[in-house]
Amino acid sequence: MARRIPRQAWALGLFLLILLLIPLAITNRYWMNLLITTFMFVSLGQAWNWVGGYAGQISFGHAAFFGLGAYTSTLLLTKFGVNPWLGMLAAGVVAIAVAFLIGWPVFRLQGHYFAIATIALGEILRIGFDNWEWAGGASGIELPIMESSFLHFQFFSKVPYYFIALALALITYGITWWMTNSKVGYYLRAIREDQDAARALGVNPTKYKYIALMLSAMITAFVGTFYAQYILFIDPASTMALDLSILISLVAVLGGAGSFLGPLLGAFLLIPINELTRSFLGGGGRAYNLIIYGALIMAIAIWQPGGLWELLERWRKRRRGRKQEVTHEAA
Amino acid sequence: MLVVDKLSVSYDEAPALRDVSLEVTQGELVAIIGANGAGKSTLLKAIAGLLHPDAGSIRFDGQELAGRPPYEIVGMGLALTPEGRRLFSRMSVYENLLVGATPNRDQEARQALMKEVFDLFPRLKERQKQKAGTLSGGEQQMLAIGRSLMSQPRLLMLDEPSLGLMPLLVDQILETLQRLNQERGMTILLVEQNVREALEIAHRGYVLQSGRIVAADDANTLLHSDLVRRAYLGI
Repeated sequence: MARRIPRQAWALGLFLLILLLIPLAITNRYWMNLLITTFMFVSLGQAWNWVGGYAGQISFGHAAFFGLGAYTSTLLLTKFGVNPWLGMLAAGVVAIAVAFLIGWPVFRLQGHYFAIATIALGEILRIGFDNWEWAGGASGIELPIMESSFLHFQFFSKVPYYFIALALALITYGITWWMTNSKVGYYLRAIREDQDAARALGVNPTKYKYIALMLSAMITAFVGTFYAQYILFIDPASTMALDLSILISLVAVLGGAGSFLGPLLGAFLLIPINELTRSFLGGGGRAYNLIIYGALIMAIAIWQPGGLWELLERWRKRRRGRKQEVTHEAA
Repeated sequence: MLVVDKLSVSYDEAPALRDVSLEVTQGELVAIIGANGAGKSTLLKAIAGLLHPDAGSIRFDGQELAGRPPYEIVGMGLALTPEGRRLFSRMSVYENLLVGATPNRDQEARQALMKEVFDLFPRLKERQKQKAGTLSGGEQQMLAIGRSLMSQPRLLMLDEPSLGLMPLLVDQILETLQRLNQERGMTILLVEQNVREALEIAHRGYVLQSGRIVAADDANTLLHSDLVRRAYLGI
């Protein structure tokens, strides 16, 4: 036990060091873009995991928070000239407010109401923004090109975006670390396991589901603002559609919902597969990428419903078991 | 301490409790006995705030409980160990106890309470890192009781703590409750199907039949009454 913690700390330090050095080694814009997108989905998947994994409230509408994040900062910038960093904070506030409104009617109910309500929220927003001419309507908004600087949250190089995406992922993981090691984490898991028992013990389930949902909405909106500043073009179809909501939930579920490392594993597997199959096999109406993608999802759903994290855990346990056997024989 | 007056509860129109009145005073161990479906669990759930009564009042130290959310009631010093234990089986013993300490915000107080629970159930201390689902039936019941004690209740309500346990363990659990009552002065309201064992440790008892209280007396008197002997002991 005493040896395990330092070893994990070493692994973490090494992993972070590699992430910091990657921009020196990889200069190809395509690969940088792949990594930036992956980091975005680490944050999105983990933020989803707080609600869908730890609190056990399945959301199919996280694109709503993402889109609100992208649109809040972008509209503030293009219509009122507000700095995008401030826009990012405003985006967080807007997402928290919407999370509050959606949670209020549905957290009182158990079962699938939350999942249904989140689908509705995402679709209502998407259709609303499609028809909202002031906000660009269905054709979306192009962000004005500005000077490349940290202040303007715009860069010619991909490297600064890489570090900002990495920082967002680290912040998200920091919050996850706090959550899993504080009473909020215990309560959320207790609520997921047996909401009535948790209630009988004096836990207020609504309160803790709210904490999870509001934090999740905030981070998702931050990533939305980041996306807008990175791509410099947003429209409802790319920031609020149901397929984005589903991709976010898949990252967490395939990686292992309710686990600490699950969303990280999920993002690092799913996003590269998604992007690579799209660039090498997609296009020309062949859509092989979707076949591979779908097959992978089915394979994991059938053989590994606990996600990649569980697969890794099982493999580790088996190895540890074998090691113990060896020492046992030696003794 | 606890005064339930003319309480009526129903599930979707179907009445489950009708005009139930009972009383528990400080330091007592009171048993509620009755057959399956008599409304015993419903009664405890209504007191704990998990069900909303149609009529009647539930007073705890003079304060009305009906209509309050469960987390407020637990905070007032009333804990329920639910039927079937309802542990968080994929969480560790330690984590289960922590969730039980919800109303208590003070870290030191939590640790002191944890120590008290471990004193009462040394087995739990040995197994604190184990997942609750891997414990034996008896240990799980100990954990369920310990988890309730973590909220520092002044009145502990238990719903069928002996459910699914072998006779030896039933005696052990009920003896523990008796000790808790005698040595630590814990006021206990116990719902049981093991009529004889429950009445042997209780001071007073109530008999619940089809949602109504049909008898209330000293536990010893009840144990030897015709009603209990014929209906529940089969003598």
